[in-house]
Amino acid sequence: MKVMILSPALISGATSDVKLMEQKWPFNGIFGRFDESSLQRGFQVYREVCAACHGIRHISYRDLKGIGYTNDEIKVIAADYEIVDGPNDEGEMFDREALPSDKFVGPYENDKIARLANNGAYPPDLSLIVKARANGADYLYSLLNGYKDYPENFEASEGMYYNEFYPGYQIAMPSPLMDDIVEYSDGTEATQEQIAKDVTSFLAWTAEPELEERKSLGVKTLFFLILLTIMLLGVKRKIWKDVE
Amino acid sequence: MSKDTEKKGITSWIDERLPVFTFINHNLRDYPTPKNLNYFWNFGSLAGVTLVIMIITGILLAMQYTADTDLAFDSVERIMRDVNNGWLLRYIHMNGASMFFIIVYIHIFRGLYYGSYKYPREILWMLGVVILLLMMATAFMGYVLPWGQMSFWGATVITNLFSAFPVVGDYIVTFLWGGFSVDNPTLTRFFVLHYLLPFAIVGVVALHLVALHQFGSNNPTGIDVKSDGDTIPFHPYYTVKDYFGLGVYLIIFAALVFFAPNFLGHPDNYIPANPLQTPAHIVPEWYFLPFYAILRAVPDKLMGVLLMFAAVAVLFLLPWLDKHRVRSAQFRPYYKQFYWLFFIDCMILGWVGAMPAEGIYVTISRAASIYYFAFFLIIMPILSRYEKIGELPSSISSAVLSDKFDKGTENYAK
Repeated sequence: MKVMILSPALISGATSDVKLMEQKWPFNGIFGRFDESSLQRGFQVYREVCAACHGIRHISYRDLKGIGYTNDEIKVIAADYEIVDGPNDEGEMFDREALPSDKFVGPYENDKIARLANNGAYPPDLSLIVKARANGADYLYSLLNGYKDYPENFEASEGMYYNEFYPGYQIAMPSPLMDDIVEYSDGTEATQEQIAKDVTSFLAWTAEPELEERKSLGVKTLFFLILLTIMLLGVKRKIWKDVE
Repeated sequence: MSKDTEKKGITSWIDERLPVFTFINHNLRDYPTPKNLNYFWNFGSLAGVTLVIMIITGILLAMQYTADTDLAFDSVERIMRDVNNGWLLRYIHMNGASMFFIIVYIHIFRGLYYGSYKYPREILWMLGVVILLLMMATAFMGYVLPWGQMSFWGATVITNLFSAFPVVGDYIVTFLWGGFSVDNPTLTRFFVLHYLLPFAIVGVVALHLVALHQFGSNNPTGIDVKSDGDTIPFHPYYTVKDYFGLGVYLIIFAALVFFAPNFLGHPDNYIPANPLQTPAHIVPEWYFLPFYAILRAVPDKLMGVLLMFAAVAVLFLLPWLDKHRVRSAQFRPYYKQFYWLFFIDCMILGWVGAMPAEGIYVTISRAASIYYFAFFLIIMPILSRYEKIGELPSSISSAVLSDKFDKGTENYAK
């Protein structure tokens, strides 16, 4: 427990003091795995809602294989995006459709334009957002569901929104989600909570795409090490038997 | 049969000219070791294994890492995502640093408890302190390399400490930075030094081992080896014991790497460094927290910096601060109590180091800092003069046997 107290990860000052809406994430725990259909729904939410302002620049289109898309589907998804390539043999830059090997094209050409379009606030890249916040998944889920009207006597700033989970309670992003803001093709009911859950799962995956491989290798490694150590203990006892 | 003699022939041919086999035999096999070492004596070899793990993973990471302020963060993410098993390498290296400090801190507390720094092991102890200092420098610079928010701001805060020195302070800081702020030149030199220093550590570790083997290990009783009956050969007794300890260690290490790789890290370090935005709280890695607490306990910046360095430097003087003729705390009833108080004190310092420097935390950190130094500078000298002790066992063997005998009678009484 001492380690818990000492862990700087838990002492991040930049959180508000409201208790997070803790969820049961399938990817938590030793045997945790992602729910693939939730990831795909979350990707849909990202594309239709978040991507208007936020990039996921550490992710390549080919990485979508990790959430169950086939190569052909990925080619189609990538082709929806246009990127600037070049220079070609004539020395000109040119636009082309994105390929699976390209990184996700962000919504803005540069930070300045992003700020200009968002009232001076910079919409952060979301690839690592779940790892870059304390209790990332719960925090993100809570934030997406944490919009409220300004309480009385609260000095509201122009163009800011009240969110009880955001440090300082004022966030520049308007509430991005509402019931049925997307239509799920698999028949899942698109409540705000469901949407928040799906997109959070998706962003947990973009932050740690290695999670499943890591945990399954971890279980095998621990199994091996524990067995080995028990055997070593046996050998040790045998060798030390006669030492007085 | 003929093959066997031929093999022997080659071995002895080499050994005659370059006595490597004699050396190994002497230092890892026959090497007489006190027979009563407890599991706290495992931590030296564990530290050695961790150093090797860190160097191997570090070299592999360096093949993929780019030391440039525009590319460093992304190159680390590329390692995490696109390099085969890159995530494993990085998580081992990152958590390995924490494990290394846990091991070395336990190793130091072991030495402190059993008086392993006393005659004739003073230089052995001081070389250990040099290793600790090198480790701290290496770990600090390594934490800067991913170029996240905590990397950048940690580097800024710590390097700025040197500006507290009068006259030369600003010059030193500019010199460390290679410019007028933490920037690309800082990152590249930190990378070079982070790669270089571990090999310096290897060198000092070699000296540490030479000094160790000069008189052999101390032991829980702190009594010198008196006869062959007090010792057993290193192999197979301590090789197997070290292997078992290593197994337990790797289980804990692996649990951290595979199931909680970011538990000891700070989430802010997954935000790319931004010189225009200061994080709400700048916190160093956990292993620096006790020293950070001492730094912040002092209202004067220069004094704070000096005391922080003194907190490590005082360890160099330990053999001369504690001149009590008995080594082990087992036979020093008063020292033992002050020792445990010191242990708790270090835990408290670590805890307040992570708290904001305000209100009650400041008071606690001051009291804890005072005890930290009082333990070394006041309590130790006084105890070495006045602490009375009872009769010591006449030898390691008799200590071990009478211990067994005591336990036997206890059981009998029940």
